[in-house]
Amino acid sequence: MNFPGLPLLLQSIVSGILMGGVYSLVAIGLTLIFGVMQIINFAHGSLMMLGMFTTYWLYVLMGVDPYLSLLFSIPICFVLGLLIERFLITPVLDAPAHNQLLLTLGLSLFIENLALFLWSPNFRTLDIPYLQTAVTVGTVMISFPKLVAFFFALLLTAFLYYFLKNTDLGKAIRAASMEREGALTVGINLRWVYCLAFGIGTACVGAAGTLSAPFFYVNPSVGGIFVITAYVVVVFGGMGNFIGALVGGLIIGVAESVGAAFFPGQLKKFIIYFIFILILLFKPEGIFGRRSE
Amino acid sequence: MSNIHQKTWNILLIVVLGGLILGLPLFLGKYYLHFFIMIFFFAFLGSAWNILGGYAGQFSFGHAAFFGTGVFTSTLLQIHAGVNPWIGMLLAGIAGMGLGLFIGFLSFRYGLRGPYFALAMLALAEMLKLIAIEWMTSRYPLGITIPLRGDSLLYFQFRDKVPYYYISFLMMAGALFLTRFIEVRKIGSYFKAIRENESAAEALGINVFRYKLIAMAISAFLTAVGGTFYSQYYLNIEEESAFGAGISIEILMGPIIGGAGTVFGPLLGAGILEFLSETTRNFLGGYSGVHLMIYGAVLVFVIIFLPHGIMGGLQETFRKITKGQTKT
Repeated sequence: MNFPGLPLLLQSIVSGILMGGVYSLVAIGLTLIFGVMQIINFAHGSLMMLGMFTTYWLYVLMGVDPYLSLLFSIPICFVLGLLIERFLITPVLDAPAHNQLLLTLGLSLFIENLALFLWSPNFRTLDIPYLQTAVTVGTVMISFPKLVAFFFALLLTAFLYYFLKNTDLGKAIRAASMEREGALTVGINLRWVYCLAFGIGTACVGAAGTLSAPFFYVNPSVGGIFVITAYVVVVFGGMGNFIGALVGGLIIGVAESVGAAFFPGQLKKFIIYFIFILILLFKPEGIFGRRSE
Repeated sequence: MSNIHQKTWNILLIVVLGGLILGLPLFLGKYYLHFFIMIFFFAFLGSAWNILGGYAGQFSFGHAAFFGTGVFTSTLLQIHAGVNPWIGMLLAGIAGMGLGLFIGFLSFRYGLRGPYFALAMLALAEMLKLIAIEWMTSRYPLGITIPLRGDSLLYFQFRDKVPYYYISFLMMAGALFLTRFIEVRKIGSYFKAIRENESAAEALGINVFRYKLIAMAISAFLTAVGGTFYSQYYLNIEEESAFGAGISIEILMGPIIGGAGTVFGPLLGAGILEFLSETTRNFLGGYSGVHLMIYGAVLVFVIIFLPHGIMGGLQETFRKITKGQTKT
């Protein structure tokens, strides 16, 4: 363990918050799907990877600006999510929870290795000069793409929050997540709500993929890196808790980044898993409780 | 058909099948021997998983934790303390069982169920992998190689694949017998009761916590023993192939596809998976990961259309047919 000085500590806190924004977006997708359908989506990371590759290929093949490609990755992932829900998840909605988990595991194996087959395991990066710039505030250096990712993530989260709170569709989704039978009796079409929730959840993670591609590498197994942290965030914030996922993302982002300043190498990930197991064991409803909206 | 008649038939079947399996190495080349060793090996690991996952209903997504513990225990004891690998195998099993009891005690005491237990196991395996990476990078950056001693039954090392074939077969047969033994005894009924409805089992007076721990102990012990076989077969170990998530997935795939909670499910599943992976390797050898892509597709297919695996599906059809006969 080494003790970092104050500037390094400040720097880690700032980068942690910025990364936390992306974690929040990934976690919100996950927690939305869990809240509505009680399904832990193991394929979330693979879908994020598809979002990243969408951005990468749009830039490489057609020169589309990575941030502009949000306009493509969000609808592509949304439709993909709808299709996955309709054809793969619907048949197992009443199956035991572990079978649902296994189904999404199979799906992620399939998607990841298909990507490996098509695009090789090479590490790719977006080589665009303006993505290499950074803003300096005092001693803290803020990387431009991380800053953009953070603000877009917050913006999308706010948008989604507004949608869930104030539109009929959003209210239907929330109703289904709170009381399945009650939602059915008031005439909510649950099959549609499930489709929609899965689509939105996937769109969230696809957007997170697009936003991370400018400052991260892209390869078929990259999604796992973000999503494992997102599982911790979701459990930390309470499974199905929207605000919990948002705040949890920021907290875990800072914890990871500050932890990395203290503990070198692999140990920081070790701490993330450790927190994960501890919360599962002792506070399975999460720090903020279950679905407190 | 009389009972005695049935018994003679069973014995005859076992003798013929046993003879076939024992004689097979005489006709097989290296390549096919390896193919069969992998089937037996994964059937063995699958059976170990099956006792906890298939019978007691506690799905683990992190059996690599026990497997890797086995791999490292016997290998490190052998290299640093000169412990004979056969004794190492037993100690590996005990170490795996200790770890299983530890995580089992925590998980079951605090009521971790279903997917939460699965994820906690996954996290445990990943944690152990990270420790192994941290420990290995400075000491054994290229992995640990077990020193060669030539052909020696005493040192569990053979140049030829035939001995590994017999050892893996015996291990698998042992695991299958153990599964059958558990299945027909009280303990098996307790396991199944816990799997089907935990609170009902508790209400019937079954000590759920204790029997879950027993299932965990047996499963972890066997899985770790499999780890030692793995290190003695490849004579080279590294973190990813010991504690990696890929191992956890391969261990549970066999029983899930073949039929969890059935004696022969893991064997059937392992056979199908090895066959698929070998054929894809032959046709699309240049591409890594294709066999995993097919595993994924098969897993999705099985979960949707055969939620109880192939054996489960067969039993159901069989039941339907016999029911239909009694009605007419």
